[in-house]
Amino acid sequence: MKHKSLVSINDFSKEEFMKILELAAEFEQHPTQDILKDYVIATLFFEPSTRTRLSFETAVSRLGGKIVGFSDSSSTSTSKGETLRDSIRIVSNYSDLIVMRHPLEGTARLASEFASVPIINAGDGANQHPTQTLLDMFSIWKTQGTLENLNIFLVGDLKYGRTVHSLLMAMSEFNTTFYFIAPDELKMPEEYKLYLDNKGLKYVESKELGKYMNEADIVYMTRVQQERFTDPIEYERVKNVYILQRSMLAEAKENMKVLHPLPRVNEIALDVDDAPQAYYFQQALNGVYTRQAIIAYILGLK
Amino acid sequence: MKDKQLIVTAIKNGTVIDHIPSESLFSVIAILGLDQIKTLITFGNSLESKKLGKKGIIKVSEVFFSTEEINKIALIAPTAKLNIIRDFEVVEKVKVEIPEKVTGIIKCVNPKCITNNEVVTTKFNVVSKEPIKLKCHYCEKITSRENLDMI
Repeated sequence: MKHKSLVSINDFSKEEFMKILELAAEFEQHPTQDILKDYVIATLFFEPSTRTRLSFETAVSRLGGKIVGFSDSSSTSTSKGETLRDSIRIVSNYSDLIVMRHPLEGTARLASEFASVPIINAGDGANQHPTQTLLDMFSIWKTQGTLENLNIFLVGDLKYGRTVHSLLMAMSEFNTTFYFIAPDELKMPEEYKLYLDNKGLKYVESKELGKYMNEADIVYMTRVQQERFTDPIEYERVKNVYILQRSMLAEAKENMKVLHPLPRVNEIALDVDDAPQAYYFQQALNGVYTRQAIIAYILGLK
Repeated sequence: MKDKQLIVTAIKNGTVIDHIPSESLFSVIAILGLDQIKTLITFGNSLESKKLGKKGIIKVSEVFFSTEEINKIALIAPTAKLNIIRDFEVVEKVKVEIPEKVTGIIKCVNPKCITNNEVVTTKFNVVSKEPIKLKCHYCEKITSRENLDMI
């Protein structure tokens, strides 16, 4: 049976999250199959994103599917003024599923209303990037053996970071205790704290990264981006506060893992890479299995 | 000295929309499309009101609104009350109610939302009625009372 589009992390229930994670574990065991051999998958990247696009294309290629699409809208008729709805209607005729990324927010939802095939949102501006959230959840589940009752640290840019917002929404289904580690300028917005309050979930706010490290099950690092700051002096002051150093891991729990959506700049010191807690490169590989699972689920192949 | 008073005559059949916040009167006229109506309309603004300070009132002859139409004005005139008039008598009083979903009318506050960049009818879910908060169906951002902007 064919399923709906995946536009927003809120489109899927807790049961569907678990179903996809179990499928991802299956693809991790058998990443190369030919279940997509009669399928054409369109990857429409109206905004470049090498990492996400390669991850999707690897996922499809390993399942024997064909890929059509583009990685930059300047070479398409969008640059001639074609509307999104026309582009989507046309590509719907050619393909069995559309993976799309777009710089404007809400485009994937709009596309899902005009497409005759399912849409997977691979990022719409600062709004949603649900496959990233699912691969983060898969990485947490795999390393911790469960999603329930974990202490998850979200570190860095908690104000604008769409990955941390989506992860918070999704993980709030699993009795998570969140630790928000950020400078004042990049604090977790009130609306998300209110959301947790309404669900009766606990959270801790701190400006110090090292302080609670011995309580962490997952440390989710993000990049503090200079362009977010109105005051460059403020940026200089905080930029080095949120760098994860190897020495900070001394007190860490044995099961603790460090995640990062990548690309990293300097927020994780290089010597952390070969610490047993470092998991971010494996996390990127998990993205392929998770995307295989999402595609197979949506096309009703598993 | 004679009292000089403008007398707005009662209407025989139609609708009186009372208790409109003064600043919203012309928006109410626009939303209900009263500027296109051919029948008799009288309206007043900045009238004294105990509840609102200043209020607006509109009397529309021979026009009756559906619930759906009338709830469109609830976002900008939540205090508005309607009197349905038949044969010079008030036969029904109606309060406006904020609907669960809002289609069109309001612009999404987010400049990067697709609805502000392509021709798309806006759609919102009302996530809070007091204070009013609208969640965009497309970009999922919240538009609140202080940045409500009519299309």
